[in-house]
Amino acid sequence: MYDIHSRTHAITEAAIHARGLHKSFGGTHVLTGVDLTVPPGTLQALLGPNGSGKTTTVRILTTLLAPDRGTAIVGGHDVTRESAAVRRSIGLTAQQATVDGLLTGRENLELFAGLYHLGRREARRRAAELLERFDLAAAADRRAATYSGGMRRRLDLAASMVAAPRILFLDEPTTGLDPRSRAELWSVIRELLAAGTTILLTTQYLEEADHLADRIAVIHTGRVVADDTPAALKRQVGSERLILRLAHAADLPRAAATLPPGDAAPHLDPDARELTLAVQSPDHLRHTLDLLHRAGIPIAQVELRTPTLDDVFFALTATTPPLTPATP
Amino acid sequence: MTTTTTAPGRPDRAPSVATTLADLRRLVTRTLRHEARTLDALLVNIALPILIMIIFVYVFGGAITTGYSGLAYIDFVVPAVLLMAGGYGAALSAVNIAEEMTGGMIDRFRTLPISGWTLPASHVIASLLRNVVTTGFALTAAVLLGFRPDATATDWALVLALISGYILAVSALAMLWGLLVTSPQAAGAFSFTVIFFPYLSDGVVPAETMPPLLRGFAEHQPTTPMVETLRALLLDRPMGDAGWLSAAWLTAGVVISMPIAALLFRRRTTA
Repeated sequence: MYDIHSRTHAITEAAIHARGLHKSFGGTHVLTGVDLTVPPGTLQALLGPNGSGKTTTVRILTTLLAPDRGTAIVGGHDVTRESAAVRRSIGLTAQQATVDGLLTGRENLELFAGLYHLGRREARRRAAELLERFDLAAAADRRAATYSGGMRRRLDLAASMVAAPRILFLDEPTTGLDPRSRAELWSVIRELLAAGTTILLTTQYLEEADHLADRIAVIHTGRVVADDTPAALKRQVGSERLILRLAHAADLPRAAATLPPGDAAPHLDPDARELTLAVQSPDHLRHTLDLLHRAGIPIAQVELRTPTLDDVFFALTATTPPLTPATP
Repeated sequence: MTTTTTAPGRPDRAPSVATTLADLRRLVTRTLRHEARTLDALLVNIALPILIMIIFVYVFGGAITTGYSGLAYIDFVVPAVLLMAGGYGAALSAVNIAEEMTGGMIDRFRTLPISGWTLPASHVIASLLRNVVTTGFALTAAVLLGFRPDATATDWALVLALISGYILAVSALAMLWGLLVTSPQAAGAFSFTVIFFPYLSDGVVPAETMPPLLRGFAEHQPTTPMVETLRALLLDRPMGDAGWLSAAWLTAGVVISMPIAALLFRRRTTA
């Protein structure tokens, strides 16, 4: 699609460009060659379970951790050699609370604005503006420790936006939030994206990446195993998962052989007498059930669900993830 | 965004002195707000030395001879109480810096365009301001309990200088300790070490009444010359070498522990 020249151009213009990032802690290889290219103004999701290397990647890209090997250019600057320049163009919302619980929301933002050297009046104006924008004006003069989980994340996000960074890193911004707080945070993230901010967001939830991301990089045992648009990724995984519990476990191999030709091999679980497969369309679903019916294979239970991170992992790596996160 | 002039391979430029001072002021304000909002800790900080003084003066005081100093017991013990008051609070800043290092806030600070050492420095400065005030409370309580100082304005200025120096040195040591240990709980142990130092000086009971080994320690540890200097200043007594010895101890304490603390902080926060 691109010729060599325009591709080179695209790389130098990328907001985030990482090549071959390696990191070990003790003898544990946490990152084993992470490659990532994020064009400006887009949202890149980094999808993976706990321990896959998401946070380590974010810490390297935000200058908090030095890679053992590999390079990363963020906002046009090298993260290890020009960390101060990188810090001037990024904002970070980490998993842990990075606001001061004993200060009010307003005091937090004014403190950070001051430490970004905005000047007293400008700091005050900026804090008020952010409190308004992130829907915290009513709680502005309460201590941050009294905030709910969702409010705390919004304050964290507001703190990251104090210096109007071009590139924003959000490390699992919605983990542990209730559905309503999560939806509110999503709309804030969409607004930031619409305003031109480049965002790298890590998540354990395919649904979240699907809602927000231009591209999803799936990270597994310290490397990116897939990097594509949500649509393309879901095509690989199948839009829905069909779980068939058979009446007899002995029927499993025969059922698998009966499936429509051209389908990916289903996942068989003899203990649960279950067969899991990807469904592409309602027709495909009907056709599958028809074939099994005609083959005379009795089905005890049918379940249809949207693909989860587990399914993405299974499809991409043929292994189950080390940990099964709850769906959001 | 404006273009930056940082060349690849060159270390990042440090912020100007004026900017750094302004950052320090902001961070000190933050820490003082913390103190004001954790009232229980602040009250303990103020009350503990006063309670210790009351116990000494009214419970033990009658049974303690002040040796050849010939002082009333309250006059004898107040200098040590002043050191306990300042030292205990200053030592607590070990907990503050340890908490700073274990929470998520440190990541936020690290991504800000500020000099790293301003964070521990802000804790030292806030500790100095707070503990000069808590020591003032202890002194007021002492006067209410019958302490009658006999000091000129110059003497008072020197008392303030010595107390401030002591708080500064203990706070700097507290930074060192708080950055060495891995948890705020372990950092808390430092305040007990510090508050017990004046006990094993000439400050609470005369060193001449102690067994030889303890007496040797008491006569050579840093809070003994400080107690003697405070007595000399507050009670108009001869000072001898105590003043110079105190100054030497305090200077050494600050000059040695500050850079080590800064180095430790750098090591804990470098990528």
